[in-house]
Amino acid sequence: MIIPALFCIAALLCLSVAGAFFATTPSGRTIVYGGSLLVSIASLLIALLSIGAAPETVTLPIGLPWTGANFNLDPLAAFFLAVVGLGSAGASLYALGYGRHEHEPQRVLPFYPLFLAGLNLVVLAADAFSFLFAWELMSLASWALVMSHHRESGNAHAGYVYIVMASFSGLVLLLCFGLLAGTTGGYAFSAIRAGHPSSGVAALALLLALIGAGSKAGVVPLHVWLPLAHPAAPSHVSALMSGVMTKVAVYGFIRIAFDLVGAPTWWSAVIVLAVGGITAVLGVLYALMEHDLKRLLAYHTVENIGIIFIGLGLALAFAANQLPAAAALALTAALFHVFNHSVFKSLLFFGSGAVLTATGERDMDHLGGLIHRMPKTALTFLIGCMAISALPPLNGFVSEWLTFQAILLHPDLPQWGLKIMIPADGALLALSAALAAACFVKAFGVTFLGRPRTRAAGQAREVDRFSLYAMFGFAALCLLAGIFPGVMIDLLGPVTQALTGTHLPTQLGLEWLSIVPIASARSSYNGLLLFVFVAGSASITALVIHRYASRSVRRAPAWDCGFPDPRPITQYTGASFAQPIRRVFGTVVFRAHEIVTMPPPGDIGPARIEKHLSDLIWDGIYAPIADVVWRLSLALNALQFLTIRRYLTFVFAALVILLLVLALWQ
Amino acid sequence: MIQDLLVQGTQMALVLLLAPLLTGLVRKVKARLQRRRGPSLIQPYRDLNRLLGKEVVLSENASWLFRTAPYVIFAVTWVAAALVPTFATGLLFSWSGDLIAITALLGSARFVQALAAMDIGTSFGGIGASREVMIASLAEPAMLMIVLSVALIAGSTQLSTIADYMASSAAGLRMSLALGLVAFIVVALAENARIPVDNPATHLELTMVHEAMVLEYSGRHLAMIELAASLKLLLYVSVIACIFFPFGFGGGYAIGLLCYLVKLGVAGVLLGVFEMSIAKMRVFRVPNFLGAALMLSLLGVLLLFVSGGM
Amino acid sequence: MTHGFDFDVSHMLAGGLVLASFAMLYQDRLYALINVLALHALILTLSVAWQAYIQQAPHLYVTAAIALGFKAIIIPMALRRMVHRLGIHREIETVVSIGLTMLAGIALVALSLMVMLPVTAHADPVAREDIALALSVVLIGLLIMVTRRNAVSQVVGFLSLENGVNLAATGAQGMPLVVEISVAFSILIAFIVVGIFLFRIRERFDTVDLEALDRFRGERR
Repeated sequence: MIIPALFCIAALLCLSVAGAFFATTPSGRTIVYGGSLLVSIASLLIALLSIGAAPETVTLPIGLPWTGANFNLDPLAAFFLAVVGLGSAGASLYALGYGRHEHEPQRVLPFYPLFLAGLNLVVLAADAFSFLFAWELMSLASWALVMSHHRESGNAHAGYVYIVMASFSGLVLLLCFGLLAGTTGGYAFSAIRAGHPSSGVAALALLLALIGAGSKAGVVPLHVWLPLAHPAAPSHVSALMSGVMTKVAVYGFIRIAFDLVGAPTWWSAVIVLAVGGITAVLGVLYALMEHDLKRLLAYHTVENIGIIFIGLGLALAFAANQLPAAAALALTAALFHVFNHSVFKSLLFFGSGAVLTATGERDMDHLGGLIHRMPKTALTFLIGCMAISALPPLNGFVSEWLTFQAILLHPDLPQWGLKIMIPADGALLALSAALAAACFVKAFGVTFLGRPRTRAAGQAREVDRFSLYAMFGFAALCLLAGIFPGVMIDLLGPVTQALTGTHLPTQLGLEWLSIVPIASARSSYNGLLLFVFVAGSASITALVIHRYASRSVRRAPAWDCGFPDPRPITQYTGASFAQPIRRVFGTVVFRAHEIVTMPPPGDIGPARIEKHLSDLIWDGIYAPIADVVWRLSLALNALQFLTIRRYLTFVFAALVILLLVLALWQ
Repeated sequence: MIQDLLVQGTQMALVLLLAPLLTGLVRKVKARLQRRRGPSLIQPYRDLNRLLGKEVVLSENASWLFRTAPYVIFAVTWVAAALVPTFATGLLFSWSGDLIAITALLGSARFVQALAAMDIGTSFGGIGASREVMIASLAEPAMLMIVLSVALIAGSTQLSTIADYMASSAAGLRMSLALGLVAFIVVALAENARIPVDNPATHLELTMVHEAMVLEYSGRHLAMIELAASLKLLLYVSVIACIFFPFGFGGGYAIGLLCYLVKLGVAGVLLGVFEMSIAKMRVFRVPNFLGAALMLSLLGVLLLFVSGGM
Repeated sequence: MTHGFDFDVSHMLAGGLVLASFAMLYQDRLYALINVLALHALILTLSVAWQAYIQQAPHLYVTAAIALGFKAIIIPMALRRMVHRLGIHREIETVVSIGLTMLAGIALVALSLMVMLPVTAHADPVAREDIALALSVVLIGLLIMVTRRNAVSQVVGFLSLENGVNLAATGAQGMPLVVEISVAFSILIAFIVVGIFLFRIRERFDTVDLEALDRFRGERR
């Protein structure tokens, strides 16, 4: 089925060209987004059909003359192709309605199918050159989309940071592949696999892959571009970047760490676990301090990537200790979370895009009361919030439950680093889950609930039907994946089989459709029964009470302690909601402090409260590097103004030095 | 099959019936310690009956979320309480959710409650919701760490299996269990809005956490929420009883029921005495208190990983 | 792993000592800190008495009596009177926040387990884990001394450190009575000397806050 997949990519490239021509016409949007929708659905179906099938390879005569361009569709690639297809189908459907509000469609329409083509190509690539080509295509197309609204404040800076970090990730991956190809220079993945790199080289390659692919995925401290770039792009592109592109980066890491490098070492698992844990907690703490809805969602992506890397680290740890069943469980948990996150993060970005369209505001402190004005968007956003906070019976809970089961599996690992890192990661995972719930109570509560804080929020209207179809579809997927998790686990069976050598026991035959990842005496979970029980008891209770007790309702003003204040500005804002958590965690992590200036008694001037947060990662790592680069370039600037004699001296000196080196080498 | 179904149904009805009685017992003990007569033990039932018949007064800004939240909170807490073995282990549907699922179900109830608090659009709801999520951000990880340490000792996360293991002689005295018990009691006090974390009987809005979230509720909605709060207290007491004091599970339903009632009574009296002996903490001392619980439970898990016998 | 009842109880008491050390980290009021110190010494007494019972070493009963008499009763009473006379029964200022201190405490427990368990791999299992937990009590005692500013709380940290050393010595079955008595007397002498010094310092400088005392050291920095 790889040939049809490649045809889909070709179709996307044609759509990109069509987008360039038809961008300014009214039907351009329908052509590009409608075409992308059809192609994405096709590629999703192809991927689902190929997961259980045997791997296929094809070599095209384009690219480098001695390797050609190899493409491979094995179970891992098929799973990620399905994730990409699902995410892009949803985004294209959403964009059919959302794209109506785009002022400069010629900056978005040609690059959108190009971005999708890049995403698909990365997953299918089977040699280093096509992989890196597709990676760069993905980065450049998304950079163009980020810069599409370049006149808005902050977007130019966002695009600049993004392109620097994307180039950095491409460079590190180039180093990684170069190291793996070794002196023989075989860049095809099959050649690298057969080459059996030595353990030192393998460990270094895994670290480079963690830095390169991790930077694209958003691990701390390489995440700084994510909260700048994801909000700057149009909402359907933000959904793709957060929900799909980060997963493609995770695919890159899995491909290198589990497939190409060979048997992992335990201390690389410790590094991945440490990185994953820190990313998870820091991501959600940053998100809690934000009041821009899209930046909050982008920081939250960082947290979920951390959770995925915790699962991957566990899989590496178990694989290093020759425990394939445990590695399969951890890998299943991580991949399930990949799917879950792409679904609910896209849903949340669609919702924030809908809010942006309806009100023109991204700042949640200017919103409020939208549940009355935009009820359908509010309902789907609520389902997304509940899913991302890992509440049963939705899908976020299942992947978190599987990760905890993986943590519990083997407390008797021999290495001390793992003995300490795994329970620490369990604590960090639990902490990040609790903070995520807090974050989304804030996001939903301040944006949709309460009373409208500005006139724009008070006059919002529901969005168009395409956006609603996309949001309802993804919300339904969240619920279905939570109620029938056995389907997903069985679908992931061939993937874990290929990577770890074994897979979890088949889930679909179990009674009442529960999931039993290890043994039924040990643990089991039944999402369907829990959902039925909760829904059933709630409805029966409501029916009984309304029938036999009372059902009368009276409307009245809210309780105000006798001091009525009709202004909605007295409500809690995002910053007020996060203040207790800012005080508990923020004083350490962000050096958060508040400065309160009160006028003396009798003075009618306003009191002021300022809160100060410092981003320690930016100040500690990136600002010094930028400073050094700036100073170096200032110093080197003098080279621009030399005389001709000085330039000739340079050339002469370089020639002499090279000849010396040649002489000494002999 | 039918008998199993009947036993499960009886357990669900039992927890529902006993929950207000436990609350009444705690109030009675506190009143007696204050040298008052106090309300009768069945006063909570009378309160629920009265509230169910009253008209609901909704604020003008309340949405469908505010109106459906009490039923959802009650249903979720009831399902979670029905999953805990009370007088017998191994009930029919006890395998559909383990301890992690129970913790997460209570988290869902809290999520919906906090959202309902934000719905009104006054600052009281905000103060309740923001303090509640701060407490939860430390209490829930502590709870999960306790679950992990208990699961590592018993070899399973299913409560029935854990109860059977703890009741057998294989458990023994373990330091992680002691740390877990101390941490669990702290978490239970925090989650059920008891002194020293929150005062369930306060009328001052600035001292409220849970009460501020339900400030706007009235009539049948308030009845549902109060019943859910009593159920949550019963759930926590049942979990402590079945993990740390698993006596009486082996001897049939009658013995199990008797032991369970005795455990509830002892817990109610101890809770009342404890609440009367210390004062409520300032809000920003609560993170230190819960942080200590989180550290103790983390220490328990660490000991189990690092040195297998502990 | 099933162990005998003896092992479980001695283990539980050693763990209780670690728990009491954590409780000391958490306290920020002086009277409560002294009460927890008394509890610490009480648990040490029980642990030493239990070791005396299972090792059948009657001289350890004397050690337990010394621990009970001096460390659980006399020294806390003396400290309480000292605090009252110094007039400093107010809040302790800790240098680092309580959350981070407790996290450091956990890291120290993990460190001591990491160091002690592999080193004593061939020893008696009762002694192994007791020594590892005793080392963590010592390290947490040092942590208390490092993170407090008040001189009396530093003395409390030092005393809890000494309790940890005691636990290690009794667990290792190698502590003759004469050593214990001489150590206890030297602690008593040191305590009296420290007490005298604290009063003289207080008379002279009107404070026992170490940060403030730093200014009077003489060499300006």
